Amino acid sequence: MVVMTVGLPPFQALVDAHWRDVARLARALAGPVDGDDVAQRAWEKAFAAYPGLTSAKNLRSWLLTITARCATDVHRARKPQRPLDDAPAVAVDGPDAAAWPDPNLWQAVNELPERQRYAITLKYVGDLDHHGVAAALDTTPAASRRLVSDALATLRRTLGVDA
Amino acid sequence: MNALEDRLSRFSTPDLKPPVLPDADVAYALHDTAIGTLLLAVAHGRVVASSFGDEETITGRLARAVSPRVLRQPRALDAVRGELDEYLAGERQEFTVQVDLALATPFQQLVLSDLRTHTSYGATKSYGELAGEIDRPKAARAVGTALGANPVCVLLPCHRIIGSSGSLTGYAGGLDAKRYLLNLEKKRTRSA
Repeated sequence: MVVMTVGLPPFQALVDAHWRDVARLARALAGPVDGDDVAQRAWEKAFAAYPGLTSAKNLRSWLLTITARCATDVHRARKPQRPLDDAPAVAVDGPDAAAWPDPNLWQAVNELPERQRYAITLKYVGDLDHHGVAAALDTTPAASRRLVSDALATLRRTLGVDA
Repeated sequence: MNALEDRLSRFSTPDLKPPVLPDADVAYALHDTAIGTLLLAVAHGRVVASSFGDEETITGRLARAVSPRVLRQPRALDAVRGELDEYLAGERQEFTVQVDLALATPFQQLVLSDLRTHTSYGATKSYGELAGEIDRPKAARAVGTALGANPVCVLLPCHRIIGSSGSLTGYAGGLDAKRYLLNLEKKRTRSA
């Protein structure tokens, strides 16, 4: 029998506390269809890796990082299927925003450069601080801060002053 | 937070789906019975908990003692739930599901592991008698404490051990639960 020294909480406690946050972030990053698949994959990965964790701190941030990486994987897997000649002028990388609440905003978010889109989604939908965003994007908190402020500046320009 | 940040953070879509997870290392369920709510848990096919304790405490202890991959997966408890229901309906006297004392200390294991051979359905025994049978004649009080910490209640029949004066003394599920179990067993033994 393995005796845990890090004192990880039962996995069910993570599921109960965070499944909605994971599902929401996954949909914001990958869209309504792929989002549910991303969330499911993220939970499977987290479940497999969980007993090997060496710290019980920041488990929510850990889950959202896995979710962001799964969204990137799905996104990369989809890319080659799109013939370059047919690429529309507007980015289709992000989720189909037309059917969402606040479509103007999310359409504008989808047109942001990939890293900026991930950064502001992790920051505001994921409610992560810049350390959390940086961990998910494999970068520094300072870089996360820049990505988020650049994204916000672009969105303000696109949506108008009182956005 | 300004208006734009507020709009971003309010993102929501309806009908979020909870994840479907593989079989847990420790599967558990809450089971409502005539003697109260029992938290039932199995690991590697063995019952590791049948407890009156609260969900957070017991699953936390299971996470530390067995594996942190603890999930609420009621289907895995079908066998033990079935046997418990039969027992509580007076239709079963012995349990066939295997028990694992992962949540017990070495002394608790000493007291609890052979409890089924030291007791029999429908009969009671005193703490002192049990202490003598497991070669700890002076440890009646410690035996009582170990029984009180039984992580696999009902299946390991700590309810059959009572005070030497005949008083029920104590039970994790409350004295009413202990009385209920002893009356149930007595009634079935008499009518047999």
